[in-house]
Amino acid sequence: MDAMATAFGMLIGFDPTLWSVIGLSLRVSLSAVLIATLIGAPLGAILATRRFVGRQALIVVSGAFMALPPVVVGLAVYLLLSRAGPLGSLGLLFTPSAMIVAQTLLILPIITALTRQAVAPVYRDYSGLFKAHDVAPMMALRITLWDARFGVATALLAGFGRAISEVGAVQIVGGNIAGVTRVMTTTIALETSKGNLELALALGMVLILLALLINLAIIGLGRIGQRFEEARL
Amino acid sequence: MSAPILTLRNVSYIVRGARLLGPLNLTLSSTGITCILGPNGAGKSLFLQLAHGMLNPDSGQILWDGAPAAQTRQSRGFVFQSTPVLRRSVRANLAFSLAARLSPRKGRAALVDQALNAARLQSQAQQPAAALSGGERQRLALAQAMVAQPRAILLDEPGASLDPASRRALEDMVRQAADTGTKVIMATHDLAAARRLADDVVVFVNGAVAAQGPAAEFFTAEHPAAVADYMEGRL
Repeated sequence: MDAMATAFGMLIGFDPTLWSVIGLSLRVSLSAVLIATLIGAPLGAILATRRFVGRQALIVVSGAFMALPPVVVGLAVYLLLSRAGPLGSLGLLFTPSAMIVAQTLLILPIITALTRQAVAPVYRDYSGLFKAHDVAPMMALRITLWDARFGVATALLAGFGRAISEVGAVQIVGGNIAGVTRVMTTTIALETSKGNLELALALGMVLILLALLINLAIIGLGRIGQRFEEARL
Repeated sequence: MSAPILTLRNVSYIVRGARLLGPLNLTLSSTGITCILGPNGAGKSLFLQLAHGMLNPDSGQILWDGAPAAQTRQSRGFVFQSTPVLRRSVRANLAFSLAARLSPRKGRAALVDQALNAARLQSQAQQPAAALSGGERQRLALAQAMVAQPRAILLDEPGASLDPASRRALEDMVRQAADTGTKVIMATHDLAAARRLADDVVVFVNGAVAAQGPAAEFFTAEHPAAVADYMEGRL
């Protein structure tokens, strides 16, 4: 109980160590979501709306890689960025950039696959209209993505949830260096092993709060999307 | 007959070796309402999609005012039997039809208002299009086809499954479109609607043209066996 009270105190009192860890976590995970969205959302939309050689393989791969173990992604990025690796000269290992790369690779399949799932039914409804109106492909893609926006937003939130809560990848490529690459999940693991439960509990509460907020947002967006769907009946 | 607007030369459409349509040689006049009649599966919808350039024929040419169908789609409107709509408001659906045809942004609002009036959908303008009744959706689909003032509109069974009042409202819109110079080509198996609306008639049986002519003559003339079987409900 004492540890819990101290944890609350650290949160409310804006403890600098605690809030710098939270800040870095958000910066890394939001950057990963941004990059994965820029690649994954258009890719998912293209998979839902275009027919091309290798499309089915991409769908299978993006679906299967949704459950990639973070440690495996961390290991792959470590091998890429280590001195002897093909991208070792960039000197990114044990920096927040390496963590962003790892989290981007981890959530890219999630955002791609869920965007495809959100866009496909909308495009199925619209494809005849687009053909009849001779709509330009880019305009068709823009309209479809916008009208599937609630589903796409859910995909982004799912990606963010996965990124902010994973520990394996950032631990391997970031090295958990205090003040440099230490994020919420790696701090919880470290502080718990040291017996420093206050900081671990405070960060745990923030993670749970974030998970709740993300799930509330997903449910809210789902309801809004459903209301639009129901209006179709 | 006025100058032809649509010309089909030796058009065939084949799927996995089965000839679903053709070979068709057909011209349609540039004015009035042409009703495409025929039993289910005769090729009416397929003909409309080929004529609009949504499908490519396996052989032959489809020309609108001498230009290939696929290159002139934006000068025509098309109404599906299933009336698909965007998951947006009625007004936004009409605006989409204008945007798709690259209509100047400045005049769009006025054209949308005109279309809403013509379709008698002013009070539903802000409602989701998907919430409209079947008849309202058909009027919206027709208004979408008409909003950019097309050279011609093609309608695939527009009155199917509508109540008499909705069908009458739709037919009024179709007649008004034809009266203002838009060529109307309408597939239907509703002979009563064809009698009310058609200026000329084309009958399809088994993917081929079985009869063609002015409506006034068609509905009083003797017909070949296949057409007579269709007209009398035996086909």
